Amino acid sequence: MEELNSLLHGFSVALTFHNLGFMVLGITLGILIGVLPGLGGANGIAILLPLTFSMDQTSAIIMLSCIYWGALFGGAITSILFNIPGEPWSVATTFDGFPLAQQGRAGAALTAAFTSSFVGAFFAVLLITFLAPLVAKFALKFGAPEMFAVQMLTFCSFVGMSKEPPAKTLAVMALGFALAAVGMDTVTGTLRMTFGQPELLKGFDFLIAVIGLFGIGEILLTMEEGLAFKGKSAKIQLNVVLQTWKELLRYWKTSIRSVLVGCWMGVTPGGATPASFMAYGLARRGAKDKDSFGKGNVEGVVAPETAAHAAGTSALLPMLTLGIPGSPTAAVLLGGLLIWGLQPGPLLFQEKPDFVWGLIASMYLGNLVGLFVVLTTVPWWAAILRIPFSVIGPVIIVICAIGAYTVHNSLFDVIMMLVFGVFGYLFKKLRYPLAPLVLALVLGDMAESSFRQSMLLSQGSLSIFWANPLVAGLMALSFLMLLWPIVPALKHYLRKHGN
Amino acid sequence: MERSEDAAAPGMSNRWPEILVALFLVIMGIIAITDSIRVGIGWEEGEGPQAGYFPFYIGCILLLSSGWVLLNAALKFGKPHPQFASWEELRSVMQMLVPLTIYIVAVVFLGLYLSSFILIAYFMKVHGKFGVIATALTSIGVPLAAFMLFERWFLVPLPKGPIEQMLGL
Amino acid sequence: MTKLGKWAGRALVTAIASIGLTGVAQAWEPTKPVEFVVPAGTGGGADQMARFIQGVVAKHKLMAQPLVVVNKSGGAGAEGFLEVKGAKGDPHKIIITLSNLFTTPLATGVPFNWRDMTPGAMLALDQFVLWVNAEAPYKTAKDYIDDVKAKPANTFKMAGTGSKQEDQIITAMIDKVTGKKMTYVPFKGGGDVAVQLVGGHVNSTVNNPIEAEAHWRGGKLRPLCIMDNDKLPYTAKVTDSQSWADIPTCKSAGVPIEYLMLRGIFLAPGVTQEQVDYYVNLFKKVRETPEWAEFMQKGAFKQTFMSGKEFADWLGKTEAMHYGLMKEAGFLAK
Repeated sequence: MEELNSLLHGFSVALTFHNLGFMVLGITLGILIGVLPGLGGANGIAILLPLTFSMDQTSAIIMLSCIYWGALFGGAITSILFNIPGEPWSVATTFDGFPLAQQGRAGAALTAAFTSSFVGAFFAVLLITFLAPLVAKFALKFGAPEMFAVQMLTFCSFVGMSKEPPAKTLAVMALGFALAAVGMDTVTGTLRMTFGQPELLKGFDFLIAVIGLFGIGEILLTMEEGLAFKGKSAKIQLNVVLQTWKELLRYWKTSIRSVLVGCWMGVTPGGATPASFMAYGLARRGAKDKDSFGKGNVEGVVAPETAAHAAGTSALLPMLTLGIPGSPTAAVLLGGLLIWGLQPGPLLFQEKPDFVWGLIASMYLGNLVGLFVVLTTVPWWAAILRIPFSVIGPVIIVICAIGAYTVHNSLFDVIMMLVFGVFGYLFKKLRYPLAPLVLALVLGDMAESSFRQSMLLSQGSLSIFWANPLVAGLMALSFLMLLWPIVPALKHYLRKHGN
Repeated sequence: MERSEDAAAPGMSNRWPEILVALFLVIMGIIAITDSIRVGIGWEEGEGPQAGYFPFYIGCILLLSSGWVLLNAALKFGKPHPQFASWEELRSVMQMLVPLTIYIVAVVFLGLYLSSFILIAYFMKVHGKFGVIATALTSIGVPLAAFMLFERWFLVPLPKGPIEQMLGL
Repeated sequence: MTKLGKWAGRALVTAIASIGLTGVAQAWEPTKPVEFVVPAGTGGGADQMARFIQGVVAKHKLMAQPLVVVNKSGGAGAEGFLEVKGAKGDPHKIIITLSNLFTTPLATGVPFNWRDMTPGAMLALDQFVLWVNAEAPYKTAKDYIDDVKAKPANTFKMAGTGSKQEDQIITAMIDKVTGKKMTYVPFKGGGDVAVQLVGGHVNSTVNNPIEAEAHWRGGKLRPLCIMDNDKLPYTAKVTDSQSWADIPTCKSAGVPIEYLMLRGIFLAPGVTQEQVDYYVNLFKKVRETPEWAEFMQKGAFKQTFMSGKEFADWLGKTEAMHYGLMKEAGFLAK
């Protein structure tokens, strides 16, 4: 196998003592970036990029890709411990990760998250190693209508999940879409709902909303129990990792499904965040005990984490082979490659085999090193929950404020974080579900532009959504997903009337 | 309705919160609709659907669904409402919300570092009953760590106020 | 400046002067990290250039204080421009511009203008090339334009970056030449646009060279003509048979279109001449590095450098040109 030889060569390039040092450093920096909300992977890598200019090319790219791994791993930590997603793709992880931590099972949740991340990323790297040219061709088939179909599918596989009142679900979902529409309309360049306020020009960032709704909202909710609250009794068990691994084996089906969803969404490029939502929705639909989701089901951590990391990793594939970044972080990495005089594109594999295979080898190694680093820290992360709330509460607030500010360097965002926080609390108390709001906020912008791009391409004819088998198949699948919850009811009805 | 069981503690009914939140959503819906009409909700030759096309329908959905919630909440006047939260719980929440709001305002005017120091020190000393040393170490340590991490290491400027200006940072 | 700051600044200058990096002892120097605002998202052309400059400055130690890149992309860059406009007299804030310096205020009515800031220097001009898919039958720009003329309006689709910005302005200019409207489909970034063309979802693009170079080299895209008066000077082969210098000008192909995009630096309003000079000198030094030469070649940039009055005159002229083009195309804010 030609790939294997190249890969082995890559390992020999990447596997020096010197480079291993850079890997550990990169992973640690990356975790730090992932943990701090706001300072996401894209920002973090952009900030650290210039640091690597004085290194040699291989070390630099190894370090950068390890920062990328670290950020992917780190995003889950605050989601599970404090209900604050460090990265957009960790939002779905909070749904079950945070309840688990509340039940004193933070160690298990973290282990599940990290291990799933590793599994997702590992399979995505395998995909890059052996199928890169083939997959790149597949990615090219995705134009605007196909993208819209993918977004539809994400949405349809996720809705119909909440048990909250339908009117309220619909209302927050519409609110999410409306907030996503604030700012400049990318298709016509018109300013919408900005009312001449410069602060509104950039619209409502998803992360600000999430930090407020989830992070601050949760702190207010926690306060109902009063400040006497002394922290959770999270026991430090060093064998928590092994115990959780045993449990994880049971979820192999969910893992495989999430890997597939993730790889596909990363390559097309739909992105890690929709991938995590879609995988969570699918896992819940496939599970026997649907009701335990959202209340602390380990499977609800496995699904989004696996998918997010498979997506985050396979997003590097279109970047390397086509020069299209599959995620904002990949976009910054792309800029980094250009600065080193590496032009990503269809010829990169032939022109710079040393570099490409060194990078791929470092993905395997970095991922492995990363897993080792994060797993050893699990007990310590879990121990944070034992700190009394009168200390950790204000510290979380400070971290949230820093996070909200660093997204756009805007003080207005910090104020908005507070507003979102109050609404997060009110919505929770009044049984408005938050997940549809967040999903609408993520997908709203993208879905609207791909819909309107499609309309432009077809000059207003909706037939573009079933113009070829790919887009038609995706659309059909979306409707199937949307109608899925009705199936059991229908079955029940038929059985009753069949007798 | 998870709170209705512990109705033993006296508290606030969820009538007014329910009505106010729904009213807020109704207003958001109206804003979305009016602004969409302003930028155009039809089809523009060569440009496709106009900028307001999508948000207009979103606004309509928002208006209708929240209107329905509002109507339900309002019509249930007179009938008993489930409890929103007990007074005791609300008092606790205010113990956080008030300092939090002051903190955010302080960040805007005094910068992040000083405000964070005050916030952490306040909670640890007043609510946590920690000693002076532990309080001082944490409340100075966290902003300092943030400073080193962001300003020095990652080169991300955080909001600064008059104190930092004086120090020439 | 505080006493302490002044002292530190002087000590620094003396220190630098003593190791012979600069001969000017009294010139102004930044006293704290300089914010380098990018009025566009991460990963785009302007962002790439800003981060590249940041890297070069750090690597060659051209500044005693760090240069910090900050993205302010809201409202097609209006967010970034408004921030610099508002930072009156702050010498620690500079901004890199692209064509949205002119197009954003005209198209959205957001109140700012290049005159609200202090012009620093023009670093380079970015070229535009008309691209088609390599499998399309068009070998020259004339073939393509003739076919556009022959078919009904809106048959051809042009993908571009953003709305009512440079790509759409060029499309409007082409429409004028052909007399037939093309459907302009906006996408988020230049990389996306090129891939849409590679995937055959649209008929042509006007990507900047750097955005499409890899696909050209890979035999997926074909450049038809370049929208400048002269051919490019870069003769190193990009594909087996062609170099940037081999692309004919659009003018010679019967499409008299000339459009170049500014990559320049502005300072906040109300800064002193001394401070402007510092940055102009800094960027002169950046331009002398070997990395810069390589970057210019890679992206086939036009290496024009301007500062002072010459630059201001150019800006005035270019602004008037944008006003005319956008008025004609109906892109002005209502």
